[in-house]
Amino acid sequence: MVILTVGLNHTTAPVEIRERLHLPEAALPAFFERLGQEAGVLERLILSTCNRVEVYAVTDDPEQAQVAIPHILAEGTRTPLALFEQKLYRHQQEAAVRHAFRVAASLDSLVLGESQILHQVKAAYEVARAQAATGPILNTLMGRALGVAKKVRTETGIGEAAVSIPSAAVGLAKTIFGELADRTVLIVGAGEMAEVAARHLKGEGVHTVLVAHRHFDRAVELAAQIGGRAVRFDQIRHELLEADIVLSSTAAPHYILHRADVEELIRLRWNRPLFLIDIAVPRDIDPAVNEIDNVYLYDIDDLEGVVAAHREARERESAQAELLIEREVATFFRWLKSLEVVPTLVTLRRHLEEIQEVELAKALSRLPELTPAQQDVVRSLAHGIVSKILHHPTTELKRQSVNRDGLLYVSALRRLFGLRD
Amino acid sequence: MDVTFFYGALLLYVVGTVAYLLLLWFQGGPLARLATAATVGGFALHTLALLTRFYAAGRLPPGNTYEAISFFAWVTVLVYLGLEVRFRRHVMGAFVLPIVVLTALAAATVPKSPGGLSPALDNTWVWLHVTFVLSGSAALALTCGVGLMYLLQERQLKSKSLGAMYYRLPSLDFLDGLGHRALLVGFPLLTAGLITGAFQAQAAWGRVLTWDPTQLLSLVTWVIYGGLLQARLTAGWRGRKAALLSVLGFGAVLVTVLGVSVLVGRPHVFN
Repeated sequence: MVILTVGLNHTTAPVEIRERLHLPEAALPAFFERLGQEAGVLERLILSTCNRVEVYAVTDDPEQAQVAIPHILAEGTRTPLALFEQKLYRHQQEAAVRHAFRVAASLDSLVLGESQILHQVKAAYEVARAQAATGPILNTLMGRALGVAKKVRTETGIGEAAVSIPSAAVGLAKTIFGELADRTVLIVGAGEMAEVAARHLKGEGVHTVLVAHRHFDRAVELAAQIGGRAVRFDQIRHELLEADIVLSSTAAPHYILHRADVEELIRLRWNRPLFLIDIAVPRDIDPAVNEIDNVYLYDIDDLEGVVAAHREARERESAQAELLIEREVATFFRWLKSLEVVPTLVTLRRHLEEIQEVELAKALSRLPELTPAQQDVVRSLAHGIVSKILHHPTTELKRQSVNRDGLLYVSALRRLFGLRD
Repeated sequence: MDVTFFYGALLLYVVGTVAYLLLLWFQGGPLARLATAATVGGFALHTLALLTRFYAAGRLPPGNTYEAISFFAWVTVLVYLGLEVRFRRHVMGAFVLPIVVLTALAAATVPKSPGGLSPALDNTWVWLHVTFVLSGSAALALTCGVGLMYLLQERQLKSKSLGAMYYRLPSLDFLDGLGHRALLVGFPLLTAGLITGAFQAQAAWGRVLTWDPTQLLSLVTWVIYGGLLQARLTAGWRGRKAALLSVLGFGAVLVTVLGVSVLVGRPHVFN
């Protein structure tokens, strides 16, 4: 029984190939059927996202399956095998399980620590299970993979730091203000970045979005799009008294906000903190403004720097996640090993024979008057009972073990008799 | 017996502190559970130490320098554990527990025998005075810990270099608000403690000012915190300056409570 994964991802294949290998859900029953019939696969599952196409399989003949799976995938998607064969990776056993865990935990993602992959793995598993394509091994593997992914998210900080500029700006705002619910955002000027960041902030529940533009009608237009309120450009000074977060991206060729302005402003604001985000090039706000207490000024380069720091933070956390995954891989294989039929039967026989010996010794010590011949009769009686009891489970277990659900019998047997290794 | 419990508590606090400090760089469920468990265990032993001391001495602690410092550490841990339950933030432990360990270590160096209070001091006023001052100091210890966290987080935001700690520390708004609230609790308690102390001095010695070093230093402390509260309430002070002053003020508290008794070796009047 071998666990196998065959697939390609964003590091091995370009998007033109990945998109061609996408199988629509309607085609899955036939695909699973063929994998079973032609590749000799007992359990299977396909994970197909924009960044990866991977088949997970359980088989007794990994050599055959490794060759057959790409063929079936090629035919199922009407893609020439030659187009993607060189891009495939193949993992077996530990490597395959580790791969599954790393994928689910987003360690194999394009953006390290992104959370979408967890949902995609879950969906892929549910689709396969609904079509009875999986069995006890993949069910357990996928259950563990989802569990490991959740553990990685809670026990490491891998998904915490934002890795895009607008969301990094939102993260900074939260570090300054905590909850953003009753905060006010002022957008000065227009621009895609300002708009995206404003939408992000709105999504975080900021109370008011104000929009100012040199052309008032443009401000009205933008405000309507984001769900904010337009204010007059010459009123900015006044609005700055109320705003907590300012997104500035005007086309002005010089600073529109100077240090002296902001010093005065912060005094009038009673020292309430002010977060200024200057995404204009050339810049709108004098960098010296950052030196004022309770004012935080970030320009576009600063935000890039924050994103880079966040990426590094995720890298640091990923080292911890890899350790966690190694432990989980080991645990999984301990479980898998316990499901092997022959060792289980040996353990069962030893277990029953131990009981037989103990009970025989007890009985014989209470019957000192027995002749050697009579003692033999008692011994063979005990031995006969144990052998008869063992006979049917042994043959049945061997017969079932070639079936996919045979493992369930092994695990039930171990539990019923309390067998340990 | 009670001193043994106290040492046990101190040991567990040290374990907790190390775990809380490690949590600044490493995230980990088991590490966080260890930190909390050690602190809760230490607190239980500490409570036991105070109770057994109470039975052995036949009076309410704190009745000497050791008991005073121990009581201060106990209230600080109590306040911290309350906050951890309320906010689920282990990071605060890294800034409050070291204060506890520091003061508990100081308590370990002073004589611990439950020497009897002189009759003039064995009254409710003295007990109120000591309890108010030490509980107030515990709240002010929190403003110090929170102030340090604020300064670190603000430094990172201003310099735009975000280290591992950036991801663990809470928001500036949270820290400033918590520091402010702790000051609003700590300062009135400290004030009540100084007033009851003055009453006691008047009753026992016939004058309010005894020129005792602790008395003078506590006035300095009171002025620092009074100034901070005044600036916060009427001048809109907040943020970095307020955090700096909180840390400075607690430095004065430490000098007042520990410095004079432990370092100068001239304990504040207990007998």
